[in-house]
Amino acid sequence: MIALYDFLNIGFWGIYTLGTIPMVDDSRALLVQGLLSVILVVFLLLFYAYNLVDAYRDGQKLRSGYAIPSMKESFHAVWDRGFPYYMVLPGFFILVFVVVFPLLFMISLAFTNYNLYNSPPAKLLDWVGFDNFTTLFTEPIWRSSLLSVLSWTVVWTFVATTLQIVVALLLAVMVNDARVKFKRLIRTIFILPWAVPSFVTILIFAAMFNDDFGAINRELLAPFGVQIPWMSDPVWAKVTIIMIQVWLGFPFVFALFSGVLQSISNDWYEAADVDGGSRWNKFRHITLPHVLYATAPLLIMQYAGNFNNFNIIYLFNEGGPPVRNQTAGGTDILISWVYKLTFENNNYKMAAAISIIMGLVVAIFAFFQFSRSRSFREEKMF
Amino acid sequence: MNRKLKNRLELTLIYAVVLIMFVVISYPLLWTLSISLNPGTSMFSSSLVPERWSTTHYEWLFTNPQSDYLLWYKNTLLVASVTSAASVIIVSFVAYAFSRYDFIGRKYGIYSFLLLQMFPVLMGMVAIYLLLNVVGLLDSLWGLVIIYIGGGLPMNAFLVKGYLDTIPRDLDESAKIDGAGHFRIFFQILTPLAKPILAVVALFNFMAPFMDFLLPRIILRSPEKFTLALGLFNFINDKFANNFTRFSAGAILIAVPIAVVFLFLQRYLITGLAEGGTKG
Repeated sequence: MIALYDFLNIGFWGIYTLGTIPMVDDSRALLVQGLLSVILVVFLLLFYAYNLVDAYRDGQKLRSGYAIPSMKESFHAVWDRGFPYYMVLPGFFILVFVVVFPLLFMISLAFTNYNLYNSPPAKLLDWVGFDNFTTLFTEPIWRSSLLSVLSWTVVWTFVATTLQIVVALLLAVMVNDARVKFKRLIRTIFILPWAVPSFVTILIFAAMFNDDFGAINRELLAPFGVQIPWMSDPVWAKVTIIMIQVWLGFPFVFALFSGVLQSISNDWYEAADVDGGSRWNKFRHITLPHVLYATAPLLIMQYAGNFNNFNIIYLFNEGGPPVRNQTAGGTDILISWVYKLTFENNNYKMAAAISIIMGLVVAIFAFFQFSRSRSFREEKMF
Repeated sequence: MNRKLKNRLELTLIYAVVLIMFVVISYPLLWTLSISLNPGTSMFSSSLVPERWSTTHYEWLFTNPQSDYLLWYKNTLLVASVTSAASVIIVSFVAYAFSRYDFIGRKYGIYSFLLLQMFPVLMGMVAIYLLLNVVGLLDSLWGLVIIYIGGGLPMNAFLVKGYLDTIPRDLDESAKIDGAGHFRIFFQILTPLAKPILAVVALFNFMAPFMDFLLPRIILRSPEKFTLALGLFNFINDKFANNFTRFSAGAILIAVPIAVVFLFLQRYLITGLAEGGTKG
């Protein structure tokens, strides 16, 4: 505890002032140290509180006439009771350092003035409160970029994912038809796009859709005399990206649906036949509920996945084409915009501020997932 | 008669749709294959059916002293196997604790896992970069491994926990009565039963390094430490059209083994995912 004192002291001082002497104090390092101190202190406090509670309980037990456990017994109890903690510990540590800490760091950056022109070690960072958010919402360039990116992100997530699911459902129902032969072969081929690594296929599509020398314009459309600006026109680029995502994404959903369809008992359909149900009715009231019920959580995850689908946006044409009076490209979604701001423009503060907005959206997704996930309704097991 | 006709029409329609999908799916894949067999280096001069088949690009990748392809393959295999093995162990421990024990912070633990699983590792890139810099793991494969394990942990733990929940508790309770310890229950009773989902986790974590180019791009600097995806990406990133044929050849050599493994295991994957995901 005392050995830690120095580290913590510097840490807190660092996070408060972010350094005082340019070139000597690196604000980023101070911020890292500061955050680690905060995490550490939170845990020490929790541990301390737990100790107090435990001691109190022990005291009560003693008073009510329990024998003080022998050394051996208490060792055993420590192993026995603490077992779940030991199991969680390694994963927990990695999680804190790789996921939680970076997120906290990102959140802190959003409240500093860290960008290309004001970057450590030459300069010091300062806390600027909500200035970045104010800029984001009031300055015309940022506001229009934010609005267009946000709306495209939402449209992209819903259209691409829903289309993916609809295509998969149609195909799964068709292939599952009792009269269709070679089911296994058809299914295997339909799953191929999922099996090929997606970064490879996206790059290949990017080449195929290239305006000037891509195969689509040169080989497929040339005979008709049509040339479509797949990449340089924002609208076409959006359409193309959605089509590619459907190509990439439908096989997974298709495979899921096929699995469920095969497991629906035939009795259901026979009963419906007896009652004279039409085919649409059978689909609507038997197939659909079965399929959706069994796969809902995974489908929601698909939406979340597309919301953060950096690969396809960036690999297709790096979020392009560029749009005038905006800091984001025509097909940039939030995450690729953040990437651009971070690694191309080094505008860390804005990137961080936008990440927080993204985080809020993600949290809403998560909340949706919580309320649906059954494990929380079944939490009464103990 | 009418019914028979309708029947046949429907069937034709289904087959037609299937056929169209076949074409749509196979066109880009075949196109890549044929590009990779074109002798030239640019996409301009290559055509769908090359006049002269050649395997120069494949030979270049393997034999040219300038090519780091085999090295990249080795790096990727290393990262993939370590990530996969470590993930399975850590994830199954975490999932076991969450599924079978009641302890302080359990519920909040599950909540935070669910929440964290939604955040892409990408959001913390700057911090990850700085953190690895501080501990000296920048430009190192181990740094990459740690990030992969941590990034995939919430999602994987959640899947495995969901699967473990479906295994009846009576099994471990009766083992406990028979005097089995914590570890014994875990290794001899639960692990064998949870094999399908553990296989899914292992496979996903094994494949991730083959497919991901972004994290390596942030973390790795020197070409001899590149993973396959990053190396290939650089083939076409610099001068786009110039090395496209070589990129295709390299890409095919990654895609084929992965696709084969995938197709063999897909049934396994889907049932595992569906059970872990829906019951979780």
